Amino acid sequence: MGLYYITNNTASAVKLSDIPVVEYVELYNDLKERMSNPRFHVGHYFATEIENGLKFYMLILDDESGEVLITSFIPDYYTRTLASLTAIHQQFHPFEREIHELYGVPFDNHPWLKPLRFPHDRRDHESTMESYPFYTIEGEELHEVNVGPIHAGIIEPGAFRFICDGEQVLHLEIALGYQHRGVESEMLRNQNRLRQTLIAESIAGDTAVGHATAYAELLEKLTSVDIGDDLRRERLVAIELERIAMHLADTGALGTDIAYQLYQVVCEALRTVTINTSQAWCGNRFGKSLIRPFGSNHPLTEAKIELIRKNIADVRRRYDELRTDILEAHTLLARFEQCGLVPKAEMERIGGVGQAARASGVRRDIRTTHPSGYYAVGVTHEPILKHDGDVMSRLATRLDEVLQSADYIEKVLSTYKPTEGNIAKPDYEAKLEGDCLSFSLIEGWRGEICHVALTDAEGNIAKYKIKDPSLHNWLGLAIAVRTEGISDFPINNKSFNLSYCGHDL
Amino acid sequence: MFFQKVKILRSHGSQYIPDLDAVTLTEEFRGFPLLTDTEDKSDLERAAKICPTGAITTKPLTLDMGKCLFCGECQKCAPKNIKFTNEHRLAATRREDLVVHAGQTAPKFDTSAIRPDIAKYFGKALELREVSAGGDCSVEMELNATGNVNFDFGRFGVGFTASPRHSDGLVLTGPISSNMAEALDICYNSIAEPKILVVAGSEAVSGGLYADSPAVDRRFIDKYHVDLWLPGAPTHPLCFIDGITRLRKKQK
Repeated sequence: MGLYYITNNTASAVKLSDIPVVEYVELYNDLKERMSNPRFHVGHYFATEIENGLKFYMLILDDESGEVLITSFIPDYYTRTLASLTAIHQQFHPFEREIHELYGVPFDNHPWLKPLRFPHDRRDHESTMESYPFYTIEGEELHEVNVGPIHAGIIEPGAFRFICDGEQVLHLEIALGYQHRGVESEMLRNQNRLRQTLIAESIAGDTAVGHATAYAELLEKLTSVDIGDDLRRERLVAIELERIAMHLADTGALGTDIAYQLYQVVCEALRTVTINTSQAWCGNRFGKSLIRPFGSNHPLTEAKIELIRKNIADVRRRYDELRTDILEAHTLLARFEQCGLVPKAEMERIGGVGQAARASGVRRDIRTTHPSGYYAVGVTHEPILKHDGDVMSRLATRLDEVLQSADYIEKVLSTYKPTEGNIAKPDYEAKLEGDCLSFSLIEGWRGEICHVALTDAEGNIAKYKIKDPSLHNWLGLAIAVRTEGISDFPINNKSFNLSYCGHDL
Repeated sequence: MFFQKVKILRSHGSQYIPDLDAVTLTEEFRGFPLLTDTEDKSDLERAAKICPTGAITTKPLTLDMGKCLFCGECQKCAPKNIKFTNEHRLAATRREDLVVHAGQTAPKFDTSAIRPDIAKYFGKALELREVSAGGDCSVEMELNATGNVNFDFGRFGVGFTASPRHSDGLVLTGPISSNMAEALDICYNSIAEPKILVVAGSEAVSGGLYADSPAVDRRFIDKYHVDLWLPGAPTHPLCFIDGITRLRKKQK
């Protein structure tokens, strides 16, 4: 048996006994080499308590072959320290920080072993939000600007500390954890799977469809049920609707920040049309209640298909008019171009994912690299790449992705003839395969969502780990604002629009 | 460039809803639930069992909208007993009024619980400070939407402000994460009297899915007087607008 069990995003769950248990030092040496190649990045890495210690699991994604490499290790109880992978490949930093924070595992040479989110079950309760060890630089010319946890607008809390030389930002450090609700432990409070689905929808309310789909696919992989192409189609429509709605919100928010009112109000109006379309489909503007394991309570009807096609065609046309204007507006380009640069190499180094990574030219999109659902059978996705890695590129990916998503919806729905009973009712009782590891990878509007669950011998979920793309990308924002004027922070922040609750869990 | 802007404006047309009170939401929207008691309780018991937040009691039949996440699954289990209507005006002035009883035909909004000061001080203008304490960002986005081109709540003198020092009240969202509890308290106490407290979203009203989480600290809710309770997952912008509008009305 090699170092990894090799699988992909459409295969069924993996028997725990099939996952190699390797020596950490061997894994370390392999990763040292392997992760220098940007085709690989870490999908998930976590520890779980076993008798007399901890067992670690790691998922490595190969963007070229579409493979997912799974491995595990159990460090010897007496070998207390692990050599830090972050020290050689910085993309590991949030994962090692999380493991350290929860279990006190020391990582040798970790350059930034700071608290990640101050979870309720952290090892060290002396470590509190108030005592977060912010980085400081000495110097008479420098000053610090502290923002948060409560911000000026109606957004979630987080503490941002800038070290500035005059107006110029030298360093930004983002301290999160204010939104920690105990999502992963609440997932295990009981085995009520409707409750688990609703928790998944609440991981990040703006990505309700994305995270609920991740939960549903994870469960489905633990059974032999085939959900059918019609349900896969409807899930694709749901997640692309969510992508359109949120890209519209972010396009509009960037308009707000540069006081370009026409652009702001048009996006507000178009987002309303989009989310009201979700509401007309399932009763909720954010698509909550739409995605359920093994089936749906809201199968599409002819009338609803007609409505979605009509509204999305209208949104597409009007957004395209705005897009033309945005690309010509020199006052806007003057603010957005060459601002908040994150070069491709930097994005790869920090393990950036999703729309922000694509804006830096990193070809990372689960719909292409590890497709599942209808992307694996009916729609061949080609990611939209930009190359400058600035605010404008992050806006430009959105400008194109909205049109692309609208085209997918039209493509899927124009040939879709739903028949009575083609889609099953949701199933919250299905028997799950025991002693397995199941994972799901979904390209949400922000990027790569990864859920991992371990089942016990009876097929109950015994461990549930969630990764929102924000976990990778928060560092990208901190890097983007270096050397920029502090007044450009808002447009940089909006160009990423990362999730606080999805990070804090 | 100029012509492109004209083109955009023409497509944009007029967006604002002239009479916010006259809006009826789509049939699919799940708002106020109608409850009917039956001899046979078996469907109801299944519904109560699957309800993720324990919002339903069977003897007597009640549904607590403050706990309800409006997922609609109970209606699938017990269609004879529970039917969600598209009534979005769900605001209550007292927490217990969010509990719906069998046979009740409309949400209960008890004007006698409104402090007379509210209409006097905030009848013409009301600026609010929003604090998210573990909110999942959906209620927050809906509160932002109240000021957008469609709803334009600002035309009635209601808006959100950056500083608690400039505000007349606080709108709380989220189940109140322990890590945010202190900042929330400081913010509330930074608002000068007289002030109001509004709780938006079922997660803020009851804790929702996180009511029993060890990472949540809900002492804030017991400590201060809440003027307006707004259920929903998330609270619909029109539910917020309707609740605030009725709260500010002069009582006869």
